[in-house]
Amino acid sequence: MTTLANGLKVIVQEEHTAPLASVWCWYKVGSKDERPGLTGVSHWVEHMNFKGTTNIPRDAVKGIIEQFGGSWNGYTWIDETTYLETATRDALDRMLFIESERMARCLYDPDDCESERTVIISELQGGENDPDQLLDQELTATAFKAHTYRHPTIGWLSDLQSMTRDDLYGYYRRYYIPNNAVLVIVGDVDPDDALRRAEHHFGPIAAGDVPPRIQTVEPEQTGERRVVLRKPGTTAYLKVGYHAPAARDAGFFPALVLDAVLTGAKGINLWSSFRVTPPQRRSRLYRALVDTGLASSVSGSVMPTEQPFLYTISATATSGTPLEAVEEKVLRELERVHAEGITEPELKSAQRQLRARMIFDNDSVTNIAHQLGYFETIAGADLFLDAGARIDNVTLQQVGEIAHVMLLRSNRTVGWFDPLPVTSAGEDEAA
Amino acid sequence: MNPTGAALSPSRVVLENGVVVTTRETRKTPAVTINLAMRAGSMCDPPDAPGAIYLLSRLIDRGTAHHSAAQIAEILEDRGISLAITVNRHVLSMVCTCLAEDFEVVASMLAAILVEPSFPEAELATRKGEVVTAIAQDEDSPYVKALERLLALLYGADHPYGRPAKGTPDSIEALTRERLLALHHARFAPSELSAVIVGDVESDHVADVTRRLFGDWGVPQPAAVPLSPPTPATGRRRLVLPMMNKAQADIAYGFTTIRRNDPSFYACSLMNNILGQYAMGGRLGDSIRERQGMAYYVSTAFDAGLIEGPLMVRAGVGPANVDRAIRSIDEELIAIRKDGVTEKELAESRQYLIGSMPRALETNGGIANFLQNAEFFGLGSDFDVRLPDYLRRVTLDEVNEAARRLVDPERATVVIAGPYQGNEGMRE
Repeated sequence: MTTLANGLKVIVQEEHTAPLASVWCWYKVGSKDERPGLTGVSHWVEHMNFKGTTNIPRDAVKGIIEQFGGSWNGYTWIDETTYLETATRDALDRMLFIESERMARCLYDPDDCESERTVIISELQGGENDPDQLLDQELTATAFKAHTYRHPTIGWLSDLQSMTRDDLYGYYRRYYIPNNAVLVIVGDVDPDDALRRAEHHFGPIAAGDVPPRIQTVEPEQTGERRVVLRKPGTTAYLKVGYHAPAARDAGFFPALVLDAVLTGAKGINLWSSFRVTPPQRRSRLYRALVDTGLASSVSGSVMPTEQPFLYTISATATSGTPLEAVEEKVLRELERVHAEGITEPELKSAQRQLRARMIFDNDSVTNIAHQLGYFETIAGADLFLDAGARIDNVTLQQVGEIAHVMLLRSNRTVGWFDPLPVTSAGEDEAA
Repeated sequence: MNPTGAALSPSRVVLENGVVVTTRETRKTPAVTINLAMRAGSMCDPPDAPGAIYLLSRLIDRGTAHHSAAQIAEILEDRGISLAITVNRHVLSMVCTCLAEDFEVVASMLAAILVEPSFPEAELATRKGEVVTAIAQDEDSPYVKALERLLALLYGADHPYGRPAKGTPDSIEALTRERLLALHHARFAPSELSAVIVGDVESDHVADVTRRLFGDWGVPQPAAVPLSPPTPATGRRRLVLPMMNKAQADIAYGFTTIRRNDPSFYACSLMNNILGQYAMGGRLGDSIRERQGMAYYVSTAFDAGLIEGPLMVRAGVGPANVDRAIRSIDEELIAIRKDGVTEKELAESRQYLIGSMPRALETNGGIANFLQNAEFFGLGSDFDVRLPDYLRRVTLDEVNEAARRLVDPERATVVIAGPYQGNEGMRE
């Protein structure tokens, strides 16, 4: 990793398996940096940063990377905002040019800001169509009462309706500075040449003032919380969330192993790990819920995050199964592991699974670049580079300790989506 | 040579019983992707048992003649393997990635699952419960409902391209173990299997292993499933599915088009790319998302099949924008039919489709998908080398002819599902 004079961190990694290069530019800004009234601003800013710059006119955005057979995208989450292009290696200079423009010279045309408002509200409404996603949002908002991890990355509707162009632009200028960013280049490139090109495009961008951060720490949860959604629907969903270790905390990798034992090994790549069902048929909760016919699916999620987030277990009740029965079975299994920990064979199996997934999840320049950038942004790339060893070094005692500390009744939030009957016109019968 | 700089040049072997084994060696990671495609997709559902193949797919890896469900899970999962079994109209696919050192043991397990599943009675009720729950979830999804009703209108509710793969709660509940065993016996045969293996393994070794695993399999070739061509729409149809408990409406707007082996396939693909895909939704994305800010997503999907497959426009919009979005789709289709596309648009889409091949062929999984598709439609082992030329030969006139032929708003079938009542069209 190299740090330019303006503070931009640059990571270059050669991968010569295909004539491709992937460029990601990461910013240490996400929805946790948003204050009340501006929820959703990080994500909206991300949208605006695809709409033309001083040197890339609005009309020239379309096709700028497709000309190289490339794809581009971006995403925003609680800790980070990121942009990527993956294309043939001859597009490297073009990709770096685009990202340097995005960092310093986006336009924020007022008409474009207005037009994007409805696109984002449509995205929010599309998410609300999915009861599972709605429950996840409500569970998170209930589990956190002080920390800004509590609001959804898409934002609250009223903030999206009232935010102004100046809010967006001011936020962009505050956080999109080289000393708050990480540039990652992975692929069929010469590292010296790639670094020279990065310096050429990004070197002239001046460093900015270190952006302000919200310092709130979530107080320890002292009692179980509950949220029950009753809306028309066809299917019942359960979620149980526990405050969990941050990526750098000693408990993180033990928690990853614990989750593998409970719901199957997922890996740690947000970009690719969750697109396939994990190997989970021997996991405790799959056997307790799915094999018994109580639930049609069960999953667990322990994400690498900068600050302590949530370990969430989700289950879909089979048609006709009351949520009480699903909840009782989940909690019984969690209480068992809380009291007794896991077994040596379970530990070894989980470690093997996690190691295999790390190989499967790093099969493309895009995935490798994602991992290097993601971890550098939230915790340090060393955590990713050492992840295999850290998984191997997890002990039975450590898994037992994290199960004991994390899976406390007083640390949990239980969420139900309990469907009301749907009329033929989809209206709420009980309303 | 293909655009990646080196032809895939896979090894293709046909066993005496008809199993096709295609291997491509790569050294990207110490891993191997196994992709088995059995030509026994949901089009093979018995007419009185929609969803039978789908339920079979949920049960097939829960026991074999020599393994219990727990033993199968142990063999695969201890190696970090997640076996994805999926069903589309044409094929049932079993796909997984394993470490290279585990290839033989994993391939043996997959072969046993495919050839000699036992469909244990004890598992049947549980898997039925999962499928019935999944059908209920689909019923609550405007996105899925709009899609399913569109296909039913285009092809007929009982047609293999028109009925939902999961069946209905009643059809699933009525299925028995005996019925699934009979269906497996009738439709799963070596002549229907294409095995594609990509990764850190030698093709000679793959040939030896697959010959040992599948060489003695002696089930005769099943009779082809009759597929009647759809009746082209003669007028515009519109169906509204009010789901007033939802926040956003989903639009599915479509046509029946051409077969995959139609000579105009590449012209139609380029037209589709320009209309609804290039750079985030093509012309439709430009109009509806970028210029008018109406939708989070809008794009087209073109799926030429064994018979005339569908071309669909999909969009998610707020209820107040449904009518305006549909008008905008109409306008874009009229424009592309009337004025055609520009040379610049054609050049850009062509360059994109050719230039994106290195990304599509980067991973073992991507290569396996490409080779499996080429095998299914009989495109040849060197399709990766020939594809760029097929795209280069397409003329502007051919693309414009494709637009005139495929996308006529006056013959569109439009389904809207979501918090929208509308004031015209059919209701359910």
